[in-house]
Amino acid sequence: MSEKNSASSIPQPEEKAAEDRVYVASQWQLMWWRFRKHKVAIISAVLLILMYLTIIFAEFVSPYDPRINHRKFLYAPPQKIHFIDRDGKFHLRPFVYGYEGTMDMETLQIRYAEDRDVLYPILLFARGEPYKMWGLFDSDIHLFGVPEGGTIFLLGTERQGRDMLSRIIIGGRMSLSIGLVGLAISFFLGVFLGGLSGYFGGLFDVVLQRIIEFLRSIPTLPLWMALSAALPPRWTVVQVYFGIVVILSLIGWTGLARVVRSKFMSLREEDFVMAARLVGASELRVVFRHMVPSFTSHLIANLTMSIPGMILGETSLSFLGLGLQEPAISWGVLLKDAQSVAVLAESPWLLLPGIPVVIVVLAFNFLGDGIRDAADPYGR
Amino acid sequence: MLKFIIRRLIYMIATLFVVSIVTFIIIQLPPGDFVSSMIAHRAALGELVDQSEVDALRSYYGLGQPAHIQYLRWFGAILKGDLGFSMQWNQPVKLLIKDRLPWSFGISLISLAFVWAIGLPIGIYSATHQYSIPDYVATFFGFIGLGVPNFLLALLALWIWFQAKGEVMVGLFSEKYMMEPWSVAKVGDLFRHLWIPALITGMSGTAGLIRTIRANLLDEVRKPYVMMARARGVAERKLLVKYPLRVAMIPAVSTIGWVLPSLFAGELITSFVMGIPTLAPVFLGALLNQDMFLAGSIVLILSTLTVVGTLVSDILLALVDPRIKESV
Repeated sequence: MSEKNSASSIPQPEEKAAEDRVYVASQWQLMWWRFRKHKVAIISAVLLILMYLTIIFAEFVSPYDPRINHRKFLYAPPQKIHFIDRDGKFHLRPFVYGYEGTMDMETLQIRYAEDRDVLYPILLFARGEPYKMWGLFDSDIHLFGVPEGGTIFLLGTERQGRDMLSRIIIGGRMSLSIGLVGLAISFFLGVFLGGLSGYFGGLFDVVLQRIIEFLRSIPTLPLWMALSAALPPRWTVVQVYFGIVVILSLIGWTGLARVVRSKFMSLREEDFVMAARLVGASELRVVFRHMVPSFTSHLIANLTMSIPGMILGETSLSFLGLGLQEPAISWGVLLKDAQSVAVLAESPWLLLPGIPVVIVVLAFNFLGDGIRDAADPYGR
Repeated sequence: MLKFIIRRLIYMIATLFVVSIVTFIIIQLPPGDFVSSMIAHRAALGELVDQSEVDALRSYYGLGQPAHIQYLRWFGAILKGDLGFSMQWNQPVKLLIKDRLPWSFGISLISLAFVWAIGLPIGIYSATHQYSIPDYVATFFGFIGLGVPNFLLALLALWIWFQAKGEVMVGLFSEKYMMEPWSVAKVGDLFRHLWIPALITGMSGTAGLIRTIRANLLDEVRKPYVMMARARGVAERKLLVKYPLRVAMIPAVSTIGWVLPSLFAGELITSFVMGIPTLAPVFLGALLNQDMFLAGSIVLILSTLTVVGTLVSDILLALVDPRIKESV
């Protein structure tokens, strides 16, 4: 486009405006335009925003209280949503049939069947079990539900008859937030230590590099497992939560520190840094006003890619019984119930909490890819 | 070259030293010293504990003395081959680990072989047939390996196996061969059980390798020297293997050292889910019961294996690519 814009040809006003836009656009605008073209990254971003919104309003979105036992519905399989009733009549509003369990006297197992005589329409903003939103105010309005007498276990129930969908939604609160809190800690450690190491170099740099190499060369999972097993058993859920976050980020910061260090090392030699020094800018101003902004986008991409590791770490630890434990609810805690083949063979829906884990991990990876491509000024 | 190896050896010894300190800290983490928890454990089992035995143990491990003396005692015992005593199993740790370590190591090695045997050809095929259907399939599997955690894959494998065959796939041998002496049929049965955990353990590594090889090879085949060779009439296959593939493989080879920790971790969690008698169930049990000598020893052994493996891969890499030596 630079050819067309030469002075010899007079561009049309609109065309010119579009081209000028590129020249005057800020770095962030350019990145946003490139990022928009990355379809998968956009879809991932939308998915992640939806998931985080869901966990923020978890009590409202989930149809049941995740801690209430429904004693008549132990290990009930997922209920089906219907549009067409048994007479072949189409209902615009989806509905579920009545749901009942009967004990098989021979095997002593409970078999669940739909009762086709009763129809429960699925209502939006239905009244259901009371809850306390964010622990602050009371309500009993759920995003969706069925009238009194009906049940809506869309993803089935577990051994104590608690609704799986509600548990997965509330569990996301722990699993998804652990990634963000851990990220904040690794971000601080990585940028601070990596920055010092790259900016000043010398002995500090050598020592830090050895520490990072050490942390990268030992198998993380056994170390995580050993450290979380050492958390005092008397700790409350909140304490264990932060304990796990700290353990995960103690190792997670190394990758970030490496990136920050190498960026600082190359930028240190750049002319614009020298220029800033020459006009008398203080060290802090050189770092935060001149150096950091030039690799912020890189940092963001790197951070995005490091969240999945933390989420997987928490899920694996809790799955093994070393991380969060009941009564805490996280995806790993939920998957712990699916450990034995005997349970899985009868109730495969207990594996469902694995699906959001996979979606989140992939979405963060795609999003990170998209940001990295968009942030690369030499990219296509 | 010799200078390079010596320098890496010194690094390795320093790393192992730090590993031993971390292990020692892990062993010390639970409240109370391990002799008193051992006494409590034995007393709970209804065994009488002899006071002279307690005193002997205390002085052997230097309990009550400053931490660095305790560390030196413990480290000295390890150098003599004494890894301590497992309270939970009432056995020396060494005996417990001796039987199981080869399985853990074996599964990890088979996984490594899988990673390369599967990842390399698929990566090459994806790069040479970019945007073909197999390429998309490979990319899709790459994402599965990336996004699905090991334990979930293992659970799924168990469930699918159960649905398909109606039997539970657990352990290394079928019931029929469990107590039999070694024979060809038993080895065959072993491999029938081993390939699934090995494959699952190597899944994320394979996915990573496919991505790396594909991306590097695509970059490499666009370079002028490839066109040059083609113009000279070098056969397409020979051309690929002889020049760009070698260059494309370098970053993949250099990360073997980093793949090892993830393989050990993957093996741990996969074997635990699939009930394979490797170090995994013992390690987890030791952690849950705060049997810290056993847990610490396993951390120490896995870390040592990883560090040594990294050293070997570094040296191999320096042999393959002379440029590495200067930069390290």
